[in-house]
Amino acid sequence: MSTLTSPVEPTVVPVAPRVVAARATLESGWGAAWMLARREWVRFFRQRNRVTAAIAQPLLFWLLFGTGLRGSFTGAGQQNFLEFFLPGTIGLIVLFTAIFATISVIEDRREGFMQSVLVAPVGRWPVLFGKVMGGSAIAWVQAVFFLSLVLMFGTAPLTWSLLPLLLLLALVAVAMCSLGMIVAWPMDSTQGFHAIMMLGLMPMWLLSGSFFPIPAYDSEVGIGPMILGTIMRANPLSYSMAEMRHLLYPSIDFASAGFAPSHLTCWLVSIAAAIFTTTVAWRLMRGSRRADIVV
Amino acid sequence: MSPILIRERSSAADDAVCCVTDVGYRYGDNVALSGIDLTVHRGEIVTLLGPNGSGKTTLFRLLCTLLPLQQGSIAIGGVDVASDPLSARRQIGIVFQSPSLDKKLTVDENIACQGALYGIRGEALKRRRNELLEQLELTDRRGDFCQTLSGGLKRRVELAKGMLHQPTLLLLDEPSTGLDPSARLKLWSSLRVMANSGTSILMTTHILEEADKADRVAILAGGKKIADASPSDLRSEMGDGMVTIVARDAEQAEQTLRNELGLDPLRIHNQLRLKSDKPAELVPRLAACLGNEAQSIAIGRPGLEDVFIAKTGEQFH
Repeated sequence: MSTLTSPVEPTVVPVAPRVVAARATLESGWGAAWMLARREWVRFFRQRNRVTAAIAQPLLFWLLFGTGLRGSFTGAGQQNFLEFFLPGTIGLIVLFTAIFATISVIEDRREGFMQSVLVAPVGRWPVLFGKVMGGSAIAWVQAVFFLSLVLMFGTAPLTWSLLPLLLLLALVAVAMCSLGMIVAWPMDSTQGFHAIMMLGLMPMWLLSGSFFPIPAYDSEVGIGPMILGTIMRANPLSYSMAEMRHLLYPSIDFASAGFAPSHLTCWLVSIAAAIFTTTVAWRLMRGSRRADIVV
Repeated sequence: MSPILIRERSSAADDAVCCVTDVGYRYGDNVALSGIDLTVHRGEIVTLLGPNGSGKTTLFRLLCTLLPLQQGSIAIGGVDVASDPLSARRQIGIVFQSPSLDKKLTVDENIACQGALYGIRGEALKRRRNELLEQLELTDRRGDFCQTLSGGLKRRVELAKGMLHQPTLLLLDEPSTGLDPSARLKLWSSLRVMANSGTSILMTTHILEEADKADRVAILAGGKKIADASPSDLRSEMGDGMVTIVARDAEQAEQTLRNELGLDPLRIHNQLRLKSDKPAELVPRLAACLGNEAQSIAIGRPGLEDVFIAKTGEQFH
């Protein structure tokens, strides 16, 4: 028992209580974050339909759209739609899994689990870290699983660029999970989340050059494609998608076919997006006392 | 807060584990709590009794640091809640009214999760978990998923979660909600064991019989504390006996009693209540006087409900 009583014994006032308390808080903060992340994993694999849905739906999309639109599409480097749509499908897997993982915050709240986390002596950041680490790890593994299937069937070539691709996928997963947390944290119902998902997150994915190429700025295009192109260029996800496309097909020169930002730009935007969303999510969770008592 | 201050406060408050001083809270223009003072001593079970909307939940949320303090101060185990909420949280174990278990995890896993939140892991976790599961008679269900447990068992797992880090103060919000009588009794005997080993327990309830079992009852009504004493002290304030008359027309019956017997009954809806030191002698007189007007006349020892009625002039609930 002696090991247990020291951190919780109320009457013991150590020499420098603030330092000790801060260290204890930080330690148990990491412990809590790790626990929450692991819990995401355990819950994910105990809900079989989630595993199936997150893989089967994008796979279905990919095969149906890819096969259906094959004849009416030719991308850069004579890519057919099945090939063109591949990065988009991987993006979709990450998006879906991240969304399902963060939606669980709302369920945790409704089912009451979050209550005990919110009153624990660890503060808010472990909640964010745990959810984002857990959710993005699931998203990442799913994307990699899908990617390995694709590589097995030979739709994309197996090259060294796979390694940076794995890193990029992790970045995108973190950004998506943090974005999901921003949406989910203040919400009290999953219906609200679905509305935001259809109005915000799906269009964000559609307008990232994953489903159709980003129109090039040139004198011949009309005002419509101009506006669309501008929106798509303003979408940070477009840059992650462009880099993902490049890493999947390193031999194809995408610069000749419309929007092709440099690698550096793509990476910088992807990193900035992950940092930005995580920071916003953290500030939101720290500042929102109202959300604490949503039950 | 400096360490010296903490030491001073804890020695000054003797064995007080929780000191609530002049706490007020308002939601916009609605005053939920005003001028609440409450002290919980070591090893004591205190119930916060009040009807719905009396401010119990607000006070509970303030105590478990989910709501920021607006007025007054709360110290738990000598730690000021407003200035050092994280240290204060380490002192309290909380059992919420709505379940806080992860249904997809087993009993063991749920408790391990709680351990992670309080920095308890490894051998210490195993030892403490075994001890609690044994004490709460949950050992044979430890591998079960929480979604398969009955209400009473779930509540006991909640209790195990709340007690895991050996808090000085255990807060429970309506712990008997949804429990059958035998599960309630078991819960209470567990709470007694914990109190006897030195844990202070503060629980909210709107069930009078439950408040009666506590060492001390603080009654809340309309955001104010209207009574704070042991159940027996509160009752003895009310005299020895209480006669309750249910009448067809209570207003008429009240008039009759006032005019013919010179009594001073308290009328609440269709009930008339009379304090009396010799209720047995009063009943035949009442029956003769009221005749068929009275549907029932009952003698009882005054309960907490009578205390509540006497202090607020309203019926409980």
